[in-house]
Amino acid sequence: MSANRVSYTLESTLETVNSAEEAASRMAAEAGFGDEDVMKIGMAVREAAVNAVLHGNAYDPGKKVALAIERTPKDLVIVIRDQGKGLDVKNIPDPLAPENLMKTSGRGIFLIRSFMDEVEIHPSPTGTEIKLIKHVHGSSGDGKEASQ
Amino acid sequence: MTMKTSTRQVDGVTIVDLSGRITLGEGSVVLRDTVKELLSKGNKKILLNLGDVNYIDSSGIGELVSAFTTTKNQGGELKLLNLTKKVHDLLQITKLYTVFDVKDDEAAAVKSFT
Repeated sequence: MSANRVSYTLESTLETVNSAEEAASRMAAEAGFGDEDVMKIGMAVREAAVNAVLHGNAYDPGKKVALAIERTPKDLVIVIRDQGKGLDVKNIPDPLAPENLMKTSGRGIFLIRSFMDEVEIHPSPTGTEIKLIKHVHGSSGDGKEASQ
Repeated sequence: MTMKTSTRQVDGVTIVDLSGRITLGEGSVVLRDTVKELLSKGNKKILLNLGDVNYIDSSGIGELVSAFTTTKNQGGELKLLNLTKKVHDLLQITKLYTVFDVKDDEAAAVKSFT
């Protein structure tokens, strides 16, 4: 029987991004999500890991990324925490705004919100924690979000 | 799986066949270098065949935007061919589907270049 909760402490490298995506996709498949949801969950985790490694920890080898994935009867819950300066949630540009449409970056958080059912972003001066929730039997189109 | 590219010429249009993942790191860099090299050699009609690209992350989307803009700024045209459902859906939700010129028939796509 597979574990219901796994946690990892990962380096601030690109390898971490791939590892986080693979771990989340594996847990999602084991939780019974279909291929499309597995892809969405994997991509959301990938984008969150990219934020943690690049924008949070800025590839600092002294800083780590904490990843925890938990399967409950109702949800798949993924928490990713970095040790950066804290994401400025209120000033994330809208990537769908006409002036931002042709920008080459800035779509990560938008994709995360699009692919998960609930997203909580908790920035602090010692790092950002992002919690991603996908309901096991929920529809993927009713995204809710709570930020602070 | 990493990304692979190969290029071929059809009636003055450079078709780039891509396969694999366009993601942060290798895939995005390969795409960037491929387009950059084509433009430096004067190949300004570029058709990216994404039929075997099954995964693109936000970095890969950014790289497609960059390739499109760079080509346009140099007086060229860059179009997309054969999007998989996943890539199609991703361009839809990011509102980029209508920005790119997307084709699903290679011969018609080649003819559409001015």
